[in-house]
Formats: sequence, structure tokens, C-alpha cells
Amino acid sequence: MKVNLNVKRFDPESDGSTRFQQYDIDMPENSTVLDALIHVREYVDATLALRCSCRSAICGSCAMRVDHRARLACKTKVTDIVSDEGQEITIEPMGNMPVIKDLITDMEVHWSKVRQVVPYLRPTGPPPEREYIVSNEAMLDVAGAVNCIQCGACVSDCPVLEIDKSFIAPAALAKAYRFTGDPRDGTKKERLEMLSNVEGGIWDCTRCNMCVEVCPKDVRPMDRIMQLREQAVAAGVKTNTGVRHGTSFANSVRRLGRLDEMRLFPESVGMFAVPRLLKELPGAFRMLWSKRLMMWTHAIPFAHKPIPGIKHVRRIYDQARSEKKEHSK
Amino acid sequence: MATFQHDVLIIGAGLAGMRAALAAQGEGADIGVISKVHPVRSHSNAAQGGINAALEATDSWEEHAFDTIKGSDYLADQDSVEVLCKEAGAELIALENMGVIFNRDDQGKLGTRRFGGAKKARTYFVGDITGQAILHVMYEQMTKAQESGESQMKVYEEWFVTSLISDGERCLGATVLDMRTGEIHTVLAKGTILATGGFGRVYEPSTNALICTGDGMSMAWRIGAPLMDMEMVQHHPTTLKGSGVLITEGARGEGAYLLNSDGDRFMKTYAPNAMELASRDVVSRAEQTEINEGRGIDGCVLLDMRHLDEKLIHERLWQIRELGIDLAGVDVIKEPIPIQPGCHYAMGGIKTNILGETPVPGLYAAGEVACVSVHGGNRLGANSLLDTVIFGRRAGVAAAEAGREIDMPIAPDSTIEGEQQKLQALLDRPANDEKIARIRWDLGISMDKNVAVFRSAEGLDEQQEEIKKLKARYETVPIEDKGKVFNTDLIFGLELGYLLDCAEAIVLGAITRTESRGAQYRVDFPERNDAEWLKHILLTYSPEGIRLDYQPVTITQWEPKERTY
Repeated sequence: MKVNLNVKRFDPESDGSTRFQQYDIDMPENSTVLDALIHVREYVDATLALRCSCRSAICGSCAMRVDHRARLACKTKVTDIVSDEGQEITIEPMGNMPVIKDLITDMEVHWSKVRQVVPYLRPTGPPPEREYIVSNEAMLDVAGAVNCIQCGACVSDCPVLEIDKSFIAPAALAKAYRFTGDPRDGTKKERLEMLSNVEGGIWDCTRCNMCVEVCPKDVRPMDRIMQLREQAVAAGVKTNTGVRHGTSFANSVRRLGRLDEMRLFPESVGMFAVPRLLKELPGAFRMLWSKRLMMWTHAIPFAHKPIPGIKHVRRIYDQARSEKKEHSK
Repeated sequence: MATFQHDVLIIGAGLAGMRAALAAQGEGADIGVISKVHPVRSHSNAAQGGINAALEATDSWEEHAFDTIKGSDYLADQDSVEVLCKEAGAELIALENMGVIFNRDDQGKLGTRRFGGAKKARTYFVGDITGQAILHVMYEQMTKAQESGESQMKVYEEWFVTSLISDGERCLGATVLDMRTGEIHTVLAKGTILATGGFGRVYEPSTNALICTGDGMSMAWRIGAPLMDMEMVQHHPTTLKGSGVLITEGARGEGAYLLNSDGDRFMKTYAPNAMELASRDVVSRAEQTEINEGRGIDGCVLLDMRHLDEKLIHERLWQIRELGIDLAGVDVIKEPIPIQPGCHYAMGGIKTNILGETPVPGLYAAGEVACVSVHGGNRLGANSLLDTVIFGRRAGVAAAEAGREIDMPIAPDSTIEGEQQKLQALLDRPANDEKIARIRWDLGISMDKNVAVFRSAEGLDEQQEEIKKLKARYETVPIEDKGKVFNTDLIFGLELGYLLDCAEAIVLGAITRTESRGAQYRVDFPERNDAEWLKHILLTYSPEGIRLDYQPVTITQWEPKERTY
């Protein structure tokens, strides 16, 4: 089968520019993208640098962007990407991290975030004589997160991290869930407080689902982040922008049937956080000016009227609440 | 160019290496850990099925030891096996307490599954990702240990060890290539622990990761440490055709069948009691016999899981289901998957005692790179993870303790220069058409043909000649990449040198042992011969040639018996 790879090259020892290089090779049917890259490296161009080891999606070495999306090269068949033989496949290093050479990135960005979530079990109290007694369900619940191989694919493609370098990012947050969801850990609340209050914490995820889509191990990092939020609220960790924002949003819709944007911000940062509110005032005016906020009349607090049929909206709320109660039983 | 110093230097950061580092830190030593990959990329990841320990009230360490010794075809040293099995329970509990999410039973206690060659269910597991789950927890503990600041622990990631430094008697440390900068450094240490894993890439195909290139065995051999039982290479019964990717024994542990082309569970002919859960050498030979006698399908037999509960597959075998879909296009819930025996594990390695000490002072070894001889002629499934943590810990403690009595060694100034010249000479080789990968491929294919499940004098002699030719080709193979940063071409060149050393030792061992025992099956000597061969083969390298020695097997309480399953 003809395979046509278009590989982004970067050699730190030359002029520092990047370029794309085309490799046309013949590969057996069913080859993976990694098979093709290894063939290039072994028989065509020995200077091509990439990391790879296990060939079976366990070691997490070969994450890279294939066809503009982060994937494990060893888990991606050539035919997963192109339907026609010889059609070009673009190969690039992961995003959101500095490139060292060709497809090799510096993953310290990721590891520093992993260290930030205190990535080890912290039991409290004296250790048991034998194993901790915990249910298999609890272990299976965190097994999804334990399945993470730290390949960095979700870190590479996280759009929040792209604009906010402080975001702890999906993989490390999934790792955090691995401990808050583990009944053996004695510091669940402390962890949730840190994850809620720290800059770039669990409330900064925009729920775009990209991490879920690119994860090669079905860790579903975003779902873990949502579980962390639920755990935090359930544990009473509520005095933070994230929870206030959610509460304000929900209350506004319940009250009016729509979003009261002028209240959303002050209620999110806290009505008494005066310096912060003042700091954001110019921004608010700019938004008004550019009509990013709703009509200026809406700028007058408490001037909103509920939409017609608000009682139906409220019925949805009541229904949702009672269903949740039922569910948690 | 710099020189670093540590009380204990650990080479390799898989399970054995990290367990050694944590143990040495517990003894207050200053530690350096070098790995050619990030620690969580290590091959311990690939252990799927579980880790053995006799923890249940109905089980005992003696039964675990007996199964291990019988599995080894009586080549294991029984004092080593006693250590392995006696200490297993405490080590397993320690892993659980560190955070490994082992599968539980209905009462919330640790649950077990059955594994090959074991009379009792004593394999503890995390789905089919046990190695990965333990490796990542061990790395978590390393992070914790580094944060604690109790003693210095420095991890040198993506540093490649080019040689061990020796003054002719002691090991003084290692010379390393920082892959990211291309610079050469020396790391001096009072004690050096090799935890570099196996040599699986000697064969093609192999279950082993691309990094498993026998580095430690070769480097130790070159400074005079003897290699023991190198002919004992395990071929795993269930590997995927082509790539050789592993399908866990846990599948058979959970009840999967092996079928031939007639749809028969052929193991009834070879191991009527244990059936699919006989020891690995027995099952692999049975499969190869079926294939050779025309009852295979395209060089494979079938692993059938269709009768297993779907929920069980989702909860306990999720990874291999995914591998089957991704790499073989087979969903094991719906179809049997074609498998074949494939190179998997080195029972042999650098000879050590139960403290992890090699005969070279200052040099220790643990895990697959070592041969303390707990696996003898054939390793039982789920004993390898156990080996790494037990003997990794012991080596870490021993090296740290010994370090208290020794001064920091000094290496001759010429050390770095000599190493630089060696590498420069490689880089300066004139261009030609030869490829590192082609030599490696020819090595792998020929080893698979001549030194796999069935062996003969004829094939082994042919392979010895082949290795001579490959070594000659290796002498002139050019390094095409001349760069400094991540010159992986240079790394592969060095790794190929390690592989060729290992292959030479494997073949020599297999030629020498004129009997059939465990993984060594000689069609020209089909019987086990305890009268002559209840002994280990030791190979020691010197520039003058390879010396052959023998050492009797240590028998404590289990006299060799006929072995049936």
C-alpha cells in the first residue's frame, strides 16, 4: 500500500525554522502510522526523530498530531486517516508544548501540572494491617482514570491551555480525580479546595469535549473534571468563582428564563469583591459599547422581567431537581 | 561534559529500578536514577495479567514456591525462590497501601484470578493493566520521595548509558549520553544497580517494546560480570501474529480456550489436567506442534473468549479487547483471535545473589536484567512483577548499606575522552548501503528461526555463524544522523551492539545445554537430563574469549521430579 507522509520537521541545530518533508513509501496493508514512521526512520531518513516504544498503546510515547489531531501513532491505522492509497497524511508534533526536535516535544508542561495536583495517595490515620477494605465498584470507578498513560494527547489539543497557561489541563485533572475518587485517600476535601480555588483549576474547563475526543485510552478527562466539580460542591467547597458563576447562571435562568449578564459577573466574583469589580468595569463598558452585552437597558440591575412562560422553565428546574434527588438515592 | 556523583546509581527506571531507588532512599542514600525513557514509558507497563503472592488463608508460600520451582523445570535456585515467595505477601500489601487499585472481591478485600502453572488462584490484578497500574504508582511514590527531601534523589530522564566504568575490579559508575544535548557525562557511584530489563528485541517478532535491547546485560558482560542461563528465553503462548503484541495469560486465567484448526481444545493432549493453564513453555510447545503438524491456521492457533461473560471482559480484559480490535481487527467478544508463540522474557541474565550483588564488586542487578534464578528454565506468569519489586528493593537496600563503608570512587580522566572517541568513531564511519535496522531485522528473524521454541544442533550452529556475519556487518554500519540533539540513529547503533552480545550468549548457552529443560527444547536431546544438567551455565566475557563455567542448582526442600501438568 502506498503511504504518503507529510512530516513537520524541526532541527534545533540548524537555523531554527520548521519545514514539511514528504515521504512516499510502500507499506503492508493494515500498517499503523507508527509502522510507517519507523519505516521512514529505519530505511529512508535516519535523522527523523520521534519517541516510540511499546507499539501497543501502553507506554504513551508516540502521541503526535496526525491529520491535525493528537493521536497515538501506534493506535492509528493509515486507513483510519485516508481512504485512498497514497493520499497525504500530515504529521506534526503535539501542541501546547515546546518542540525539541521533529516530533519530540518537551513534556515538562504536562509533568509540572501533574505535580501540581499532589499525584500520590495520601491516606490518613494508621495504615491497616493488611490491604484497605474498599468496594470493587470504587476501584473500578477510578480505574477509568488509572487507565491514563500520560501520553499528553489531551494536553496537546486543549484549547483552554492554549490561551491560559495556568490551566491544569485535562490529564492532570483526571489524575486528581484518581485520588479524590479513591476512598483510601484521606485528603479529598483539601484536594477539592485546592482544585477549586487555584488559578487554572477545575472551573476553568470550558467543556469543549476535545480531550474526550482525542484520548486514546477512553479516560474521558472532561467527564472527570465534571465529577470533580460535583464532588467539590457536594463537599461544600462553594466559595469560589466557579461555583458562584454556576449558581448565578442557574438562578438567573430560573428567575427570568434568560441570562442576566449584568448580574452574572458580580455574582461570580462575589458582590463584595469591590477591587476586582472595579478592575473589570472598563471591560464591561467596552462590551456594552460593542453590544457584546445585551441592550443597555439590561445594564440596570433588577430591571429584567421574566420571559413569557417562565413557569414552564421553572417546572423544568423542579423536574431536574427531583430527578437528581431520585438518582442520588 | 560533566561528572556527577551519587551513593547509589540506578540504571533503568521501570519497576525494579524505581523500587530500588525508593528502598535506597529509605536507607538514607543519595540516589541518581538514569533512564533512556521517561520512567512511566518503561516496559514494566506491558505486564498485563497480575502479580503473584500467597496471601489467602488456604494458600502458603511453600505452595507458591513449589509451583514456581516446578514451573522452572527445577533449574531455579530454591533459596532465591524461598525469598521471592516468603516476601511476596508483604510486598503486595505495600503496593496496595501505596495506592495500587487492585481488583477486590465481594467483601472489598483483594481478589485473585488463576494463572498458568499455579495450583491456587494467587494472582492479584488491576484488570489487564496490572504492570501499568503498579508502574505509575511507583512513579507517584518517586514524586513523593523527591518532594519529601529526605535525601537527594535525582532522575536523569532520556539519558542513555554507553558503558559501565570499571577499574578492572570494581564498577565505578557509568558513562552516559544526554540524548537531549548529545553531551557525554560520567556518573560515579559507590554502588551501581542495573535495572535495564530484558533483550526481547533480539527476536522478531517479540512482545517486547522497542527499548528492550539488553543494554544492561551487554554492558555488565563487557566488564566481566557473568551471564547465567541465557539460553532460557520464554516464548509466550499468546501473541498477535506479525507484531507479536502480547495478549495476557489472564485471558486463559479467566477461562479462555485454545483451539486448533479442527476447533479442538488441543491442550487436552499435552496437559490434560491444567489444560490452557499449563506452564508457558508447555503451552507454547503444544501450539507450535499443532502448527507444525498442520492443525494451525496461517501459522497461528485460536484463542477463544466467546463463552466468557461480556461484563467480565469489559471489567477485567478491556485492554486486550481494544488491542484485538485495533491491531488484529478482531473483537474477542464475537470472534476467536489468532495467536502464536512469541519471544517474551529472559529468564537468564546477569548472575546475582539474593541481595542483588553481581560477582563484580560495586555492581548490582535486579529484575529481568538479572538472574538471581527464581525463574530457572521457565517463568510462571505474574512472577515477573513480583521479581522486580522484591529484588529491586533488596538491591536498593544492599547497595545503600554497602555504600556507607566505601569512599566515592574516582574515574581516570581519560574515561570521558575514551568514550567520546568511541562514539565519534561510530559517527565518522564512511557511508555505505548497510542499515542498522536491516542487521537488527536479520538478527531477529534468524533467532526466531533457529533459537525459538524448538532448537537443534544444526540450527544453533547455523545461528552462531549468522551472528558472526551480523557482527562483521555491524563493524562497518554507518550512523547516518550526525546531529547532537536526539540522535536516535546513534542510539539504535549502540543498542544493536548490545543486542548482538546478548544473541551471542543466548546461542552459546543453547548449544552448550545438550538437554531439554523449560524453554530450552532440543529436538536432538528431547529429555531432561538431571544427572548431567541440573546446573547453571555461566558465560564470562574477556577480550581473549568467552569462558564457560557451571554452577550447581541450589536445592533446599524440593527434589526434582518428573514434570506433568
